[in-house]
Amino acid sequence: MPQQMTGAEMVIQALIDQGVTDIFGYPGGAVLPMYDAIFQQETVRHILVRHEQGATHMAEGYARSTGKVGVVLVTSGPGATNAVTGLTDALMDSVPIVCLTGQVATPLIGSDAFQECDTVGITRSCTKHNYLVKSVADLPRVLHEAFYIAQSGRPGPVLIDIPKDVQFAMGTYYGPTEIEATRHKSYRPQVEGDTRLIEAAVDMMLRAERPVFYTGGGVINAGPEASQHLRELAELTGFPVTSTLMGLGAFPGSNPQWLGMLGMHGSYEANMAMHDCDLMINIGARFDDRITGRIDAFSPGSRKIHVDIDPSSINKNIRIDLPIIGDCGRVLKEMVRIWRSKTNQPRTEAIAPWMKQIDGWRAKNSFGFQNSSTVIKPQYAVQRLYQATKDRDVYVTTEVGQHQMWAAQHFPFEMPNRWMTSGGLGTMGYGLPAAIGVQVAHPDALVIDIAGEASVQMTMQEMSTAVQYELPVKIFILNNERMGMVRQWQELLHGGRYAHSYSESLPDFVKLAEAYGGVGIKCDDPAKLDDAIAEMINVKRPVLFDCLVEKHENCLPMIPSGKPHNEMILPDFKGDVGKVIDAKGRELV
Amino acid sequence: MNAHLQATGSVYSLAPETQTPERHTLSVLVDNEPGILARIVGLFAARGFNIDSLTVSETEHEKGLSRITVVTVATPKVLTQIKLQLERLVPVHKVHDLTAEGKALERELALVKVASTGEPRAEALRLADAYRAQIVDATTESFVFEITGKPSKIDSFIAIMVPLGLVEVVRTGLAAISRGPEGM
Ligand SMILES: Cc1ncc(C[n+]2csc(CCOP(=O)(O)OP(=O)(O)O)c2C)c(N)n1
Repeated sequence: MPQQMTGAEMVIQALIDQGVTDIFGYPGGAVLPMYDAIFQQETVRHILVRHEQGATHMAEGYARSTGKVGVVLVTSGPGATNAVTGLTDALMDSVPIVCLTGQVATPLIGSDAFQECDTVGITRSCTKHNYLVKSVADLPRVLHEAFYIAQSGRPGPVLIDIPKDVQFAMGTYYGPTEIEATRHKSYRPQVEGDTRLIEAAVDMMLRAERPVFYTGGGVINAGPEASQHLRELAELTGFPVTSTLMGLGAFPGSNPQWLGMLGMHGSYEANMAMHDCDLMINIGARFDDRITGRIDAFSPGSRKIHVDIDPSSINKNIRIDLPIIGDCGRVLKEMVRIWRSKTNQPRTEAIAPWMKQIDGWRAKNSFGFQNSSTVIKPQYAVQRLYQATKDRDVYVTTEVGQHQMWAAQHFPFEMPNRWMTSGGLGTMGYGLPAAIGVQVAHPDALVIDIAGEASVQMTMQEMSTAVQYELPVKIFILNNERMGMVRQWQELLHGGRYAHSYSESLPDFVKLAEAYGGVGIKCDDPAKLDDAIAEMINVKRPVLFDCLVEKHENCLPMIPSGKPHNEMILPDFKGDVGKVIDAKGRELV
Repeated sequence: MNAHLQATGSVYSLAPETQTPERHTLSVLVDNEPGILARIVGLFAARGFNIDSLTVSETEHEKGLSRITVVTVATPKVLTQIKLQLERLVPVHKVHDLTAEGKALERELALVKVASTGEPRAEALRLADAYRAQIVDATTESFVFEITGKPSKIDSFIAIMVPLGLVEVVRTGLAAISRGPEGM
């Protein structure tokens, strides 16, 4: 039934009708009517953040761990500009977000009014789509459309800018079932893959001798069924599987066909398999430069199949032999069906020499490291954390840097939606708020942010949010007193001149935790690490765990910039790392 | 705009570009909504694509649709990316590469102001007649001609007006449509 209400009430009603139960926000003058509407209901819970960037990452963590849309509510001007980093992050990593911003009243737009900024202009290139709603009559349609756009096709952030007078205005509200435009009038991404192409893909797979599945975040975004179909297809074919940073968890880390993550800091076996394969089956990944390394030397002898819901990803960086546009889950399901219709045998025998070769690469133990009994090695810390938590309902987020890569290497996942990290944008400060968002969605789960001491200070104030809402997130800081990843690149590329990569004047994280009302734990002894981790897990409050680790550890293996996959630096590298990268490679990031 | 940038070639590709750039006319059917032009132009700027000419106008009022004609110069690989990136935009309905789809009709209108007296003025008039340009303004020492046609015809008309007292030119940019019975 269409109802009369104010614009502000419509916003809250639309959230309820879209099944939203939690939103992340921060009030201000231009959103007061919406806050008033929030105050007068109990269906939607509002989490008050400490900085709008925090709200966006919380919404991302919430969305990635549930598959639902994350919702953000911030004020005009500085509220909106503070949200820009998180919106860009969500765009790069295809995370469905709806961000509601307040705007000055329509007659004031363009007058340089107090806290006015051109929000739709600023966010045009960092959202999938955005709207400025100038009339309350358009508001119900735009609200429902935003949810549709955020989660259909390749997901992404959608922003709705709502002037204050529109929030006050009375209008007619329609629910999502009462209005045709719940879907956008023309936006219809292709989700079903072309069966003939899928059949051709299966035929290629049936002839492959050195195949590899290269999977990405698209499999996670396609929902848990997609991961199920991937597992089925891997079992039916017997092919090995690797994944990008964003796709971890779609395939079980314990499966013998699993090669580990690929890319710049991926495993030797994964990267060598990519380089030497004769058939690459890319499901929902985008040939990012962290994966391909040097493009003209990327997997020179393979035919390539690429399944993606975004047609613009096809042939963007790498030439594809067989593109299939569609939702990864649906295409995988079709692949399973067609494979079954053609054979009931995996190609185990045909690919046996290939698997043997892979075992040879695996034997290099490329994630290996020299452990120590006197200082905690960061890799060891992640391994112990994994051992202590693997039988629990655990979710992991990260910040950005070496610790992020060590987490990806040493913390395997069995299920999708368990791993939240900033891949495309590489946003330091993502992990702590993302963990809070995950914990809001999964109150009883164990949620850990594997952090670096530099990154975590970018959004540290959200500890206060965690304490306020009794969200017992565990912030596990691999503290090397360095911006480790920057330090590593300076060692590799700039003659060891460590310009400003030393974290001088660090806070006492234990006292800091206590100051926020959380719990602080410190550990610098490998022998005491397990006990300290157990203590962290058992505390039912937010914890800052200051894990003091080796200060100069390099994150290896590594494909040096400008080099192909088969020229990785392995952990047993003995030469001078400062000499590996040539002048051309130095220009790359 | 940014002609030197290889928009879709990664910096990780150390191999030189082998394809040669071509000039193509794209017809883009979009929702006529606020900000749509900024979205299109912003996409070209952000990804380092060229715009040689751009024409925008509402074409189907009841459906709220506009047609944008963009002329761009890019390699075949980049052209494909331009088309696909445009199609990703939510308010974009369709993108047609009129050049790739066969000989399209292309027309442009220009207003050309020429100021001269005596023989050059008489010569300008004769040439305008030969080019079927209309006189839309005249004073004793100047004319404004209106000329419609293919861009190449307008180019050559402008070129021959230079020695005859050309003062200034405005051009509409390209309007283009495919031949034959099919619509977009
Ligand atoms: C917001 C932001 N600023 C700068 C960078 C560049 N950057 C990448 S990693 C890194 C250092 C991270 O240090 P830390 O969080 O201590 O992690 P570590 O590498 O030591 O594990 C920096 C500065 C970034 N990724 N994000």
